Amino acid sequence: MAQMTMIQAITDAMRVELKNDENVLVFGEDVGQNGGVFRATEGLQDEFGEDRVFDTPLAESGIGGLSIGLALEGFRPVPEIQFFGFVFEAMDSINGQMARLRYRSGGHYHAPITIRAPFGGGVHTPELHADSLEGLIAQQPGMKVIIPSTPYEAKGLLISAIRDNDPVLFLEHMKLYRSFRGEVPEEEYTVDIGKADVKREGSDVTLVAYGAMVHSSLKAAEELEKDGISAEVIDLRTISPVDYDTIIESVKKTNRVVFVQEAQRQAGVAGQVISEIQERAILHLEAPILRVTAPDTVYAFSDAEEVWLPDHKDVIEKVNEVINF
Amino acid sequence: MFQVLDESGKVINKDDLPDLSDDELKELMRRMVYTRILDQRSIALNRQGRLGFYAPTAGQEASQLGSQFALEQEDFILPGYRDVPQLIWQGLPLYQAFLFSKGHFHGNQYPDELRATSPQIIIGAQYVQTAGVALGLKKRGKKNVAVTYTGDGGTSQGDFYEGINNAGAFKAPAIFVVQNNRFAISVPVEKQTNAKTLAQKAVAAGIEGIQVDGMDVLAVYAAMKIARDRAVAGDGPTLIETLTYRFGPHTMSGDDPTRYRTEEMDQEWEKKDPLVRFRKYLEGKKLWSEEEENKVIDEAKEDIKKAIKQAEQQPKQKVTDLIDHMYEELPTHLQEQKEIYQAKESK
Repeated sequence: MAQMTMIQAITDAMRVELKNDENVLVFGEDVGQNGGVFRATEGLQDEFGEDRVFDTPLAESGIGGLSIGLALEGFRPVPEIQFFGFVFEAMDSINGQMARLRYRSGGHYHAPITIRAPFGGGVHTPELHADSLEGLIAQQPGMKVIIPSTPYEAKGLLISAIRDNDPVLFLEHMKLYRSFRGEVPEEEYTVDIGKADVKREGSDVTLVAYGAMVHSSLKAAEELEKDGISAEVIDLRTISPVDYDTIIESVKKTNRVVFVQEAQRQAGVAGQVISEIQERAILHLEAPILRVTAPDTVYAFSDAEEVWLPDHKDVIEKVNEVINF
Repeated sequence: MFQVLDESGKVINKDDLPDLSDDELKELMRRMVYTRILDQRSIALNRQGRLGFYAPTAGQEASQLGSQFALEQEDFILPGYRDVPQLIWQGLPLYQAFLFSKGHFHGNQYPDELRATSPQIIIGAQYVQTAGVALGLKKRGKKNVAVTYTGDGGTSQGDFYEGINNAGAFKAPAIFVVQNNRFAISVPVEKQTNAKTLAQKAVAAGIEGIQVDGMDVLAVYAAMKIARDRAVAGDGPTLIETLTYRFGPHTMSGDDPTRYRTEEMDQEWEKKDPLVRFRKYLEGKKLWSEEEENKVIDEAKEDIKKAIKQAEQQPKQKVTDLIDHMYEELPTHLQEQKEIYQAKESK
C-alpha cells in the first residue's frame, strides 16, 4: 500500500496498463514530454517512448477521430481532452461515432477507447473548464461514464475502463486531484464498472452522489449525525450505467432519498436516476425525492463559485426537508 | 489539372499513362459499365420501394473506381455515403450493399477481408478517422494506406481540415480524395469557398495536393497510384481532388436537380462521360466491343436481381438484435430491456 493523491493513482493506472498491453496508447494535448497540464501523464513518455505516449495537434475532434481510427487498427486508445468543457468540439467523435461503432457495424468493429478528462469546480478556473457535462454523454447509448471520488477507486476504475472493450468516458474532478491522499495498492487491481459503493451506512435517509459531491455528502452526514439523523451515502462511481440495485436496497431501508450533484438542476443525471427510483420503489418512499444541484445558469464566473456551487450545507437543508416532509 | 485521356479517348499525356495490362484495362471498363448499370437499377429499385436510402453515382465511375483500382486488399477504406461502389469492388457483397440501403444491420457486418467502415453519414467524420487508421497502419509497420472520400461541400467542414492536418503532422499513410461534382445538394462549389481549387487546401496541412480530371479513369488511377506509393514509402498523405459530376440527383430522397442545374450544364458534362471516353480508348486498342459491353450489362442485371432477392430474404431485425450489438457485455438496464422485448417477440 502507498499513500497517493488521486492524480498519482491515475498516473499509476495508466502505467500499469501501458506495461500490461502494448496496444494501449496515451495521447492528447501536452500529455507527452510535458506530462500533462495536471501531471497526470508525468514520466510516462520517458518510460514507454513517444510511440506509446504522444502529443497531438490542438484539435479535440481530431483527437476523437484519431482514437476511432487507431481502435479500428486494433489499438486501445486512452486519449485525453484537456478540460471537459472542450468536449463540444468532439461531440460527434464521441456520441456520434465511437459510441455507435459496435452497433453500426453489427458487432464487426468495436471501440475500446477510454477518454480521460478533468472537470469540476472549486478551483477558480477560467471559463468552460469546470462545467459538469457528464449528463450529455450519459444520455448516449453505447457510452459508459465513470466519475471516481477517491484515489483507490480512480486507479481500479481506470484500469477497468482501459480494459473494457467499449468506449468509456472517465471524468476526473479537478478539486479531488490533490486535495487528499488515500491508500492505494501498488499492484494492479480493478473496480467493477457499473457498481455503486456505500461510502457510509445509515438508516434515515439515502444520499446518492458522485464526484466531489460524495465528500460534501459525507461531511453533511457527519453533521446530521449530531442531530440524530443517520444518513447513508452512496457513491455512484459509474453514472452510466447506474447501479440501481444498490440504490433500491438502500431506499428500502431508509425510505427517503436526496440526490446530490454538482451539475445544474436541468443537467447531470439526477432527473434520470430519480425517475428510475420512483418507478422501482415508490411504495418504499415516505417523502418525495429531492435534489441538491447548482442553479440553472451557465457555470459561475470563478469569483462566484462559492455562492453558486452546491455544498454540504445545501445537502443538510434538503435532508431536513425530506425528514420533515 | 492532371489528365491522361482527352474527351475523345486520345492519350494526351504519355508520361503519366499508367502501366496497366490489357486485362486490367478491360477489368476497369467492366467495373465502370457494371457500376453504371448498378446505379440505374438502384434508382429503379428505390422508386419501386425495394431499396431505401440511395445516393446516385452515375458520372463518378472514373473517380470512384479508378481510385479504388489502385488499392491493395489490405488497404482500409473509409467511404462517404455516396461511396458504395468502392466498397463493392473491394469485396462488399452486393446484397449487403442493398441491406445498407434498406437500413438493416447485416448490411454493415463486413466480411473480414474487406477492411472498411460502412458509409459515413456525418460529412467530415471519415476524414478525422482516416488519420487515425493511417497512424495505426504506420505504428503496425504495415505497407498499407487508409483512403477516404468526401465531396466538394465536405471540404468546408472542420473535420476535413483536422483530418488532413493530423495525417500531415503524423506523416501517416493516408489518401484523402475530394470528389468535386460541383454541387453539395443545391449549393454550387463557388459558394463553399473562394479558393480556386480544392486541391490547394492541402497547403494548409503542408501536404501534397493534386487536382485530377475525375472523368478520366486513367488519370485518377495514376494519381492514386502515385499517392499510394508515396504513402507506403513513408512520405505522408496526399489530397486528391477529382473534378467530376453526378448525372443524377443528390439522393433519391426528393432532390430535384433541375431546381439548381441547367440542361446545358448537364449536357456539357455528359460529353465528358468517363465511360464514353474510356470506351473509345479501349476500342482504339481493339480491347472492347459492343458484344463485351452487353455481356457485362447482362451479368450486372443478373447479379442485381439475385442480390435484391437475397437482401429481401434476410430475416427481419428484432429489438433484441439491436440490443445485442450495443456492448460486449450488456449492462443491467439493457438486460432488463432485452427480457421485455424477448417476451414481446416470442408472442
